[in-house]
Amino acid sequence: MTRIVAAMSGGVDSSVAAALLAQEAADSGVEVVGVWMRTHPDRGEGFEHKRSCCSPDAADDARRVAQLLGIPFFVLNVEREFGERVIDAFADEYLAGATPNPCQACNQYIKFDELLRRGLAAYGADAVATGHYARVEPRDGRFALLRAADENKDQTYFLWVLSQAQLARTRFPLGEMTKPAVRGLAEELGLPTAQKPESQEICFVPLGDYRSLLEERRGYAGEPGAILDAAGTRVGTHSGYAHYTVGQRHGLGVALGEAVYVREVRPDRNELVVGNREEVASRSFVVDERRFVAGDPPAERFEASVRIRHRAPDVRCEVTLVGADRFAVETSEPVWAPAPGQAAVLYRAEECLGGGRIARA
Amino acid sequence: MSVYLDHAATTPLRSEVLDAMLPYLTEHWGNPSSIYASARRARQGLDEARERIAATLGAKPREIVFTSGGSESVNLAIKGVAWASSARGRHVITSSVEHRAGLHTCQVLERSGFEVTYLPVDRYGRIDPADVASAITERTTLVSVIYANNEVGTIQRIAEIGAICRDHKVLLHTDAIQAAGHLPLQVDPLQVDLMSLAAHKVYGPKGIGALFVRQGTAMLPQIQGGSQERQRRAGTENVAGAVGFAVALELAQAGAGHEAQLRDRLIAGLGALPGVELTGDPEHRLSNSASFVIAGIEGGDLVAALDLEGIEASTGSACTSGSSEPSHVLLAMGIDPQTAHGSLRLSLGRGTSREEVDRVTEVIGRLSQRLRPAMAAAHA
Repeated sequence: MTRIVAAMSGGVDSSVAAALLAQEAADSGVEVVGVWMRTHPDRGEGFEHKRSCCSPDAADDARRVAQLLGIPFFVLNVEREFGERVIDAFADEYLAGATPNPCQACNQYIKFDELLRRGLAAYGADAVATGHYARVEPRDGRFALLRAADENKDQTYFLWVLSQAQLARTRFPLGEMTKPAVRGLAEELGLPTAQKPESQEICFVPLGDYRSLLEERRGYAGEPGAILDAAGTRVGTHSGYAHYTVGQRHGLGVALGEAVYVREVRPDRNELVVGNREEVASRSFVVDERRFVAGDPPAERFEASVRIRHRAPDVRCEVTLVGADRFAVETSEPVWAPAPGQAAVLYRAEECLGGGRIARA
Repeated sequence: MSVYLDHAATTPLRSEVLDAMLPYLTEHWGNPSSIYASARRARQGLDEARERIAATLGAKPREIVFTSGGSESVNLAIKGVAWASSARGRHVITSSVEHRAGLHTCQVLERSGFEVTYLPVDRYGRIDPADVASAITERTTLVSVIYANNEVGTIQRIAEIGAICRDHKVLLHTDAIQAAGHLPLQVDPLQVDLMSLAAHKVYGPKGIGALFVRQGTAMLPQIQGGSQERQRRAGTENVAGAVGFAVALELAQAGAGHEAQLRDRLIAGLGALPGVELTGDPEHRLSNSASFVIAGIEGGDLVAALDLEGIEASTGSACTSGSSEPSHVLLAMGIDPQTAHGSLRLSLGRGTSREEVDRVTEVIGRLSQRLRPAMAAAHA
């Protein structure tokens, strides 16, 4: 028997993805198993959770949806792996002066690795399906990762890290749908998650306060340090370099007569360098930890478009491979604040080619 | 056909029990505290149920308090006695292998300023009665020890502990919820002052439990309200539940111990598989309980995989919530946390057949081979 794991977060997208699979399964004889992953521990008795995608409330919602769909439902504990590969990595990126990318790490190490591998063994399933907005298509004997039909929701920015082996066992049932259509279908099916709001926050930092997390996980309380301008003149004081990321404007307390932004975070000297809008933008940057969806790069040097933030516009660029795991990007127009740690993801039309991690200048 | 091997979690309702309950759901639905005829009829059912349970325990009817279930009984016993005697002393002794109903209740007492001693256990999960004696101080008011453990089935020497408590004039509560249906429950030979029971572990309904409270024992109620249950537990009584419980307990005590042979077959079969080790006491264990740790697998994953094969089992601890905390019982027995993650509890019941036991053994052998490489890769 063919079995497929539907990863259910308790949100509307993964609910509808599971529903679509279950409908299809009724015809094809494929069995669908709903799985909710416990990624971090409960806060203990009497604690009322703020709703986030991985709270116990979310588990309840996922369970109700599975009941309505008539599919088995399991909780898979991935606290240990998520703690190390996502939460600790998140804290370490800040401590390295970089901007973390936890959703990408969760896809790479948890959903399409831990869940895929362990879920396949535990449930005897062949593939994992999620509620991501993206498409996978066989092309020239390989799997191509394509942008979602709904451009506003496209999530390939967080999925470019997937290998061919992972893509071969991945299903994105929502790839051809728009968000309004997904909500409409959820309503039609009477799913309790139909009206759930989008989750915008990082699931393990429900109040958006990552500073206390740095202290809890890594003992980083933050020491005040200098804020410098481009000329090296001290223009203010910050609360600790790891509390800031490149491109940040708020919380600097610097009054220079125009808006200033973080240009650079210097962990070794506990300094921030700030600049105005123009100074923070850039037309060239270097990327490391490169990988390509197809396995090999298209060429030593090639034209593409690049995206350096989720939902940022794509910009035309020229890519030049450097060494074994880097590439240099020259963009046709300035891009806003390339932040070390963030992904630079390359596209050709609807196809996601791959990408890398923006390196320190 | 699915195979149910989780009778330690709950049991199906016996038909005799349902038959006894039905009139109290359909006809005799009166409030037993009211004064008119229909209420008196309900009251009669309740009184008779209390008498029958008392008879099964060798106790007096007035010594039986009906509760909503096992957890409430344990809470009432421990908190009720600890607070009632708190002027005399605020020290409670318990074991490190209690069900969470007992463990968490004791932890709450600690937060209220009580001192709690958690007695260690040997590698089979047994406490040494001599440790009870040496832990008792003049401030000690209560000892609470589980009769048979719910995860590994280990049986404690309750009568010996009871004798020690008598000598020191300290009260003894035992959580007999898992022991019922398998072990003698006569309260006098056991020398216990309080005993917690639940109906749904002995083929009775959910939502009804009982607490034996020896006459003369001071205990503060934990639910305030009307004067039901001799002012020890307020709330309109679950008459049908009580009636069903009485029948279920009698039948269970009459048939105690009959699963032992199949249990031994299961233990021998699984014990022959690579990396599988029995947990709990090989000798002093519940007649229906077979519990294991399996090297290199996550118990929760195995239980899910078994379910998809039509076999219903448990890790023995808080696995349904996906908690990553390894079982406190296994840790107390000296099993390392990594190994404790691979726990599996199979608990047999009245309907378990030899064919089922053999099939489960075969399937677990196959599944653990499939699961092991996945876990090994995760920790590589």
